[in-house]
Amino acid sequence: MNTEIAGVVIIFIVTVLLAIPLGRYCSKVFKQEKTWLDFLQPMEQFILRFSKINGSQSMDWKENMKAMLVLNFIFFLWAMLILLSQSVHPFWNPDGITSMEPTTAFNTAVSFMTNTNLQHYSGETGASYFTQLLVFCFLQFVSAGTGIAAMAILFKGIVQKQSHNLGNFYKLFLLSCTRILLPLSIMVALMLAMKGVPATFDGAESIVTLQGDTVIVARGPVAPMVSIKQIGTNGGGYFGPNSTHPFENPDYITNGIENIAILLLPIALVFAFGFYIDKPKVGYAFFAAITLIFLVFVSVSVYFEMNGNPQLTQLGINNSLGNMEGKEVRFGSAASSLWAVSTTSTSNGSVNSMHDSHTALSGGILLLDMMINAIYGGVGVGFINFFVFVVIAVFISGLMVGRTPELFGKKIESKEVKIAAIVALAHPFFILVGTAIAAHVSSGNSEIGWLNNPTYHGFSEMLYEFTSSAANNGSGFEGLGDATPFWNIACGIVMMLGRFIPIIGPLAIAGSLASKKYIPESAGTLKIESFAFTAVLLSVILIIAALSFFPALTIGPIAEYFNK
Amino acid sequence: MKNSESIKLFDAGLMQIAIRQSFVKLNPVVMIKNPVMFCVEIGTFIMLFVTAYSFYNTDQGRPGYNITLFLILLLTLLFANFAEAIAEARGKAQADSLRKTREETPANVLIDGKIVIKSSSTLKKGDVFICEAGQMIPTDGEIIEGIATIDESAITGESAPVIRESGGDKSSVTGGTKVLSDKIKVLVTTQPGESFLDKMIALVEGASRQKTPNEVALTILLSGFTIVFLLVTVTLKPFGDYAQTPITIAALISLFVCLIPTTIGGLLSAIGIAGMDRALRANVIAKSGKAVETAGDIDVLLLDKTGTITIGNRKATNFYPVHGYDEEKFLEVVTVSSLSDETPEGKSIVELSASKGYKHPAMIDQKFDLQTGLPGATIIKFTAETRSSGVTTADGTRIRKGAYDAIKNLTQQAGFFVPKYAEEKVKEISSNGGTPLVLSENERIVGVIELQDIIKPGITERFERLRKMGVKTVMVTGDNPLTAKYIAGKAGVDDYIAEAKPEDKLEYIRKEQAEGKLVAMMGDGTNDAPALAQADVGVSMNSGTQAAKEAGNMVDLDNDPTKLIEIVEIGKQLLITRGTLTTFSIANDVAKYFAIVPALFIASIPGLQAMNIMRLTSPESAILSAVIFNAIIIPMLIPLALRGVEYKPIGASALLTRNLLIYGVGGIVVPFIGIKLIDLVISPLL
Repeated sequence: MNTEIAGVVIIFIVTVLLAIPLGRYCSKVFKQEKTWLDFLQPMEQFILRFSKINGSQSMDWKENMKAMLVLNFIFFLWAMLILLSQSVHPFWNPDGITSMEPTTAFNTAVSFMTNTNLQHYSGETGASYFTQLLVFCFLQFVSAGTGIAAMAILFKGIVQKQSHNLGNFYKLFLLSCTRILLPLSIMVALMLAMKGVPATFDGAESIVTLQGDTVIVARGPVAPMVSIKQIGTNGGGYFGPNSTHPFENPDYITNGIENIAILLLPIALVFAFGFYIDKPKVGYAFFAAITLIFLVFVSVSVYFEMNGNPQLTQLGINNSLGNMEGKEVRFGSAASSLWAVSTTSTSNGSVNSMHDSHTALSGGILLLDMMINAIYGGVGVGFINFFVFVVIAVFISGLMVGRTPELFGKKIESKEVKIAAIVALAHPFFILVGTAIAAHVSSGNSEIGWLNNPTYHGFSEMLYEFTSSAANNGSGFEGLGDATPFWNIACGIVMMLGRFIPIIGPLAIAGSLASKKYIPESAGTLKIESFAFTAVLLSVILIIAALSFFPALTIGPIAEYFNK
Repeated sequence: MKNSESIKLFDAGLMQIAIRQSFVKLNPVVMIKNPVMFCVEIGTFIMLFVTAYSFYNTDQGRPGYNITLFLILLLTLLFANFAEAIAEARGKAQADSLRKTREETPANVLIDGKIVIKSSSTLKKGDVFICEAGQMIPTDGEIIEGIATIDESAITGESAPVIRESGGDKSSVTGGTKVLSDKIKVLVTTQPGESFLDKMIALVEGASRQKTPNEVALTILLSGFTIVFLLVTVTLKPFGDYAQTPITIAALISLFVCLIPTTIGGLLSAIGIAGMDRALRANVIAKSGKAVETAGDIDVLLLDKTGTITIGNRKATNFYPVHGYDEEKFLEVVTVSSLSDETPEGKSIVELSASKGYKHPAMIDQKFDLQTGLPGATIIKFTAETRSSGVTTADGTRIRKGAYDAIKNLTQQAGFFVPKYAEEKVKEISSNGGTPLVLSENERIVGVIELQDIIKPGITERFERLRKMGVKTVMVTGDNPLTAKYIAGKAGVDDYIAEAKPEDKLEYIRKEQAEGKLVAMMGDGTNDAPALAQADVGVSMNSGTQAAKEAGNMVDLDNDPTKLIEIVEIGKQLLITRGTLTTFSIANDVAKYFAIVPALFIASIPGLQAMNIMRLTSPESAILSAVIFNAIIIPMLIPLALRGVEYKPIGASALLTRNLLIYGVGGIVVPFIGIKLIDLVISPLL
């Protein structure tokens, strides 16, 4: 029991220790300062020249936004094309996988483009090796790169003074992929391959078990896909069961490596902000604020999971290993809880246990993680979401100290507040309206067959699906029958809006801030890194999430918890 | 001196007006300007239909219960309207008391060289009138001829008369003040109904009240919250259906009204009006609400040295007779030199001498004419060329006092040496920020007089307070850099502009603004006008010229140069009050959720009784208690909204911590207690 908790603590500490230097490195990449990876320059130059893009051209926020949207649209078309034509793939399809059903293909294409990786298909039976590598693996890189580049543009907007130049999306996007995602993924992939994660183009193996049955064992180029799925907060597993599958996550050590990989970049990017604006303290203060929420959530989840399922205890069944339903024995309940909270808070979505089987409140925590969607959050976008909370907190606390609110020397006025309010509103809108429609359709319509668990838990499943889509998380409460046109299309739309509105809004704020006059600090200026502001920031995050979702959580996990 | 205490917070007469206005303001066309309260009005309206419906069919709750809810919602609206109305009424009352000063008075208007008596209200811009001792000045204007002492106590509350004269920087007169002596010719400078006071009255009365940028931004944020809670409430209906819990429309409306920030929504405009009202009480006329708010953001404050930091003029503080010269004799000579000197410096020399025990016969015997000084003496006036003044007494003694250089020349020309002691003293005094005057008797230097600027008592503390607010103070003076530096250090200002010309002020303001800072300044002269216009907050003295008043965005009726400090605090208070009440309002939602949400679902999910942590008696009483709390918190906070939340210059972080503890934590705790208490009272009645 104590070793399990020690494991959780060690994983977290190692992550933070690695994240600080990584954050410093990322900030250098964004500022395009010298790094030891500069030998990649010729390759990057070639890519830019080949695409006829001038990477040093300065662009305003609208041009950057256009670049991002066009690029993503191309990714989406590419994914649709390949998914709908799997049956004719000339190579890398040894198992003869057929084309996807159109709504599933739409959902999958959107899901990978938006860094969500909600999988309404199962990898080993639904996707060829060609698709896995050239669509899934590729999109896991570029969707993460999109998020990081968007964040770098936001950084630039904050430090610019009376300028419209927010940098160049293409260049930042390319650098995010080549300088940050690629090296990290290669390292993680090698470590995983050494620990026995398959990396092969051979087709499924057929083996005869001790009992004498013949079993088809799926395999493929798993290691590279798993590494970018964790590093880029994607979460799209190679296999249907994701990281519970022994080929994706063979043992406790790989579990630790992957858990670190899930948290590493999102945390590093928070530090990167501090280094970027030359105020590392701000990065640490932001980290402290988010980490406080994160650790509380981890503790609650670990506590409930390690204490086992109360219903089993009532039946007199030994529950001393904790709530092991839906968990892998090789990870145990504590490491599974840490993973579950990590993957939901960072918008990763890969799972090493079945979230559906977590105890009621632990499941509620996972929901809340995605409802806040800024506890580290997805690579790049997590910080962008967090920034919206910062704007609101700065506004309120600025008023409270009697000064027109200012953020890093830029006045926060009605325009910024308006955009921040819309973005903060969008997330609950998608989740609540989506769930409301689903609840309306399914109540009085039991033959629809979505819910394997009626009542509160069924409600949680629907709520979870929309929350996961809106937060671009991608994990699921798997009790839901979600491979239907309703869920494919509804979630597809929510994922798309949930991805781009929270990026475009803050970019507009960045554009507006960049063009403003810089006001130097005075004794009357509220310091962002101060304890008091951190407290306001925390309250804003918790109160907005809690107030928006309290009734929904009440009918789901809270009702389930109290009605044991 | 201020009339701030003259109107009680809830004066009976004002209450009556405000209550009437609360109903008038229910008009949706007026209401829509306040999105939060407009939503409450729609909710109230729906509730009216629900109540009517419930008389025929009770599936939406009992009629009695619905009526009660409807009435509470209506009350919520009325309370919010009342807050605004009482703020307006108080502002109006304050303005009226100022307006009284401009009752109809006859004016002697000069038309084609003849005097015609007209009513003050018919005076137009460009008219010229004449005012003599004992007459009331009919309207605002500028003296074009003459000098007069004027009693401005009607406006400033200050009883000492002031001197106003044509040409200089003190040429402006205000309607309602009284000429005490002499006769002046005044040019009318404003159209009827367009004076600064008229503009200010319009601002507090709400007719022309425009939302300030901060208020607009806050309204947007509050609208955002309102939409979120609309979503939460609307989606709760299908959620409830799913959980097989029928939720009545009344319950949904109650939840919605409780969650949206009605507390701040209801008080928002009252806070803004009260801010203007407070400025008016401080005898400051602001031309817009934005100007007052901007004052709260000021980074740099430009202040004139004379009259602001130091008491008007220099004073003699020490005499240094040269070695070997009799001290008694020195006192006599120095007094004689200054008896006929009308300047404040001269008077202070006589005073100092008197305090050292010397009284000249001329001062004791009233028959002596101080104007002409000593009998038979010739008075030598100060001129720019000689840079000295003095007397030649009846017995022929030539006593001169003046700048060191001037007296030194005089002495050396007469063939005498300058005593080393005098030279040293002169240097010492200069380096201490003082002004040395040298005294000679028959061209021999007999001693040195030290003049010092006297720093106003308490001013250093005020600068310290400003520093804590984050405002940098800058002293503007015509003194040489050495003196300026010394006084700046002694008074505790952060920077100074020495040997300042009017262009220097403008230059300094532009430089600071280029760095992104907001600059405030006070001024009165015509040559201050460009700088006043350039400054973000320009406060002109009421006594100042018309040009200065037009250029600035505030007018200080008291002519008190340190008034800016108060204006800055009023501006800050305005923002703080909004911020803290917003925080309070949102924090209240936590308790309201704990009251209403279990109440909604308890029938079908009995386990949720565990969430009823306030142990409210029944679902009905829980909802009613929350809605009642939501309504009565508005009138309870009206005094705070009108007075404003206190600003303490303790640094931004400390202030935030303090306000967060009081209004954030308080905002979470108070409703838990309040709702529980209301439940205890009303549950037996249900």
